[in-house]
Amino acid sequence: MKVGLFIPCYINQLYPKVGIATLELLEKLGVDVYYPTNQTCCGQPLGNSGYESDAKGACAVFVKNFKEYDYVVGPSGSCVYHVNQHFDILPQTEDVKKIRKNTYELCDFIVNVLDKKVIGASFPFKVGLHKSCHGLRGLKLGSCSERMVPYYSTEELLLKEVKGIELMSLNRKDECCGFGGTFSVFEEAISVKMGKDRIQDHLDNGVEVITGADHSCLMHLEGLLNRNNQPIKVMHIAEILNNSI
Amino acid sequence: MSHSDKAEIFNKNEAKVNWHDKALWFVREKRDTAAHKVKGWEYLRELASGIKANVLSNLDEYLIEFEANAQKNGIKVHWASTAEEHNKIVHSILSETNAKKVVKSKSMLTEECHLNPYLENKGIEVIDTDLGERIVQLAKEAPSHIVLPAIHKTKEEVDELFQKHLGTKPSKGNPEYLTNEARKHLRDKFLKADAAITGVNFAIAETGGFVVCTNEGNADMGAHLTKVHIACMGIEKIIPKESHLGVFLRLLARSATGQPITTYSSHFNKPASGTEMHIVIVDNGRTEQLSREDFRSSLHCIRCGACMNTCPIYRRSGGHSYNATIPGPIGSILSPGKDLTKHSSLPFASTLCGSCTNVCPVKINIHEQLYKWRQIIVKDVKQPFIKKTTLKIVGKVLAQPKLYAIFGKSARWLITYAPRFMVYSRLNTWGKSRELPKIENGNFDQWYKNRNKNG
Repeated sequence: MKVGLFIPCYINQLYPKVGIATLELLEKLGVDVYYPTNQTCCGQPLGNSGYESDAKGACAVFVKNFKEYDYVVGPSGSCVYHVNQHFDILPQTEDVKKIRKNTYELCDFIVNVLDKKVIGASFPFKVGLHKSCHGLRGLKLGSCSERMVPYYSTEELLLKEVKGIELMSLNRKDECCGFGGTFSVFEEAISVKMGKDRIQDHLDNGVEVITGADHSCLMHLEGLLNRNNQPIKVMHIAEILNNSI
Repeated sequence: MSHSDKAEIFNKNEAKVNWHDKALWFVREKRDTAAHKVKGWEYLRELASGIKANVLSNLDEYLIEFEANAQKNGIKVHWASTAEEHNKIVHSILSETNAKKVVKSKSMLTEECHLNPYLENKGIEVIDTDLGERIVQLAKEAPSHIVLPAIHKTKEEVDELFQKHLGTKPSKGNPEYLTNEARKHLRDKFLKADAAITGVNFAIAETGGFVVCTNEGNADMGAHLTKVHIACMGIEKIIPKESHLGVFLRLLARSATGQPITTYSSHFNKPASGTEMHIVIVDNGRTEQLSREDFRSSLHCIRCGACMNTCPIYRRSGGHSYNATIPGPIGSILSPGKDLTKHSSLPFASTLCGSCTNVCPVKINIHEQLYKWRQIIVKDVKQPFIKKTTLKIVGKVLAQPKLYAIFGKSARWLITYAPRFMVYSRLNTWGKSRELPKIENGNFDQWYKNRNKNG
């Protein structure tokens, strides 16, 4: 099984440590993983802004990079969701169809393809899980609170097996953080207010580290935490799972 | 003003935003509790969605069946293709029956058609009898929510409003006192009214009857005390069979307020002797929306307001920020169909979190339709030059890995080395209230290259 590592643009440029943790984690799990260079972006910022048709070039680059792999795995739910959901703007060749089907968010891949839960990580801190909307409701990484279905959470399955971790419960378990891509600047006031409210929920519940499977939400929350000097750190779930294996 | 401008103004009073958010989140949680108690809730949603899809595919036949059965029962049926026609028809019925005073129970359709100002211009008094509606009517405002029209007002604000208009005593916002005073005021209006206007929640094709759901009983009060009852409905309110009410009535109130059922679910089938019953069936842009394949299912809506209660943006921006008859997520997919330019900011007033889609009792894929409207809007409505140009350039850069690498490097260099006042200038909207990420040494590409070299 050959796996292509999908490192979304903002992780490549701004959070290389998240990419590194993802790659190391997959290697430790025995995955035959490759990183195709020449990656740019899945095109999500354009699509969500209404300029989907201008993203065709970026999507074509993605397909060219990843068509030879059995699976494509990336540490960002919303980007993966964009590939699954919105690559319908390309002609549906066999390559495109395969990529839409086989591109996985990291936790989803570990639990549902590798069929592993216990990784052997340790992380002795109080952690709050931010369930990013595109992962939760788009990729169905968990059950969302609106639906009357049995509870599950892919990220929690993995986090619960981490030694020493204390997973804190939140008052609003899956409310949006307000990042929303270009929403964060075009609707700045609401975006900031939503982020502040999310952080307050974590503070109120004694969280030391906010984690999640989508670093774009965490980037937004981190920007607020740093501006307001609040005592919480953010870490991508790959960084926690890759900790002292 | 765009949604974001209005939302920014609303957010100047953070305490009020917090209060508004909490009030609506409380309703959303009540809805969750109520829905959890129904075994097969998700199946019920599926069923409701299926029935509505069937209705929309056979709308012409159901409407004609409904008209024929209603007429058999002695109801007079009128057809209006526009808001203006609707208003004219209502006015002509009132003129013919010499009605000067009208009591109206909640109807979003008559809001959509701006019926009140139309009738008032013709010298007819129209009193909204739903308490929340009456509050916004006295304040000369539009409803900010389709189920909770005055949710943007605190009880203290209502206190002041009632002192001014109803002559009440200052009560520090005592809800019991204020409600009682409103009751006395409205009772008088009911007794003196000549005609009653109501909305329609469900019109049943096989019986020709219709159902109106209220919590205050005001629709019944008006309809039973006056000689003329005019019910106004959009064409999409049809359901095929009476037994389908068993699906929709179970979903509606639970989704709306978390009640098992509205206090009153009133079935109107025929006029009482000596009275008239009219139904005005209105299109006003609905068939056009029906013709848009991607947006057709927006007509499934049963106006429960659950998408508003769950929407993190609605809760923090208030209904008036949408500047549309129907605010919130559902309004943001309906309104662009009516006036794309006027409502072009609405589909962007969302993070596409998808909570609306999952809470919707008739399974409208609201967030997917928001995404689709965005694609149409940037093509058909003039966009700000900077936004458009930037995104077009981004599209070109992302299609060329080498160019992208240069851009990435430059951006990281800029954030790292440019002075703070430059990076956090007025142009940096992100940086108004947030820090930019701290730039690490090099990007992932470089790390990977070095690793392979060393390994």
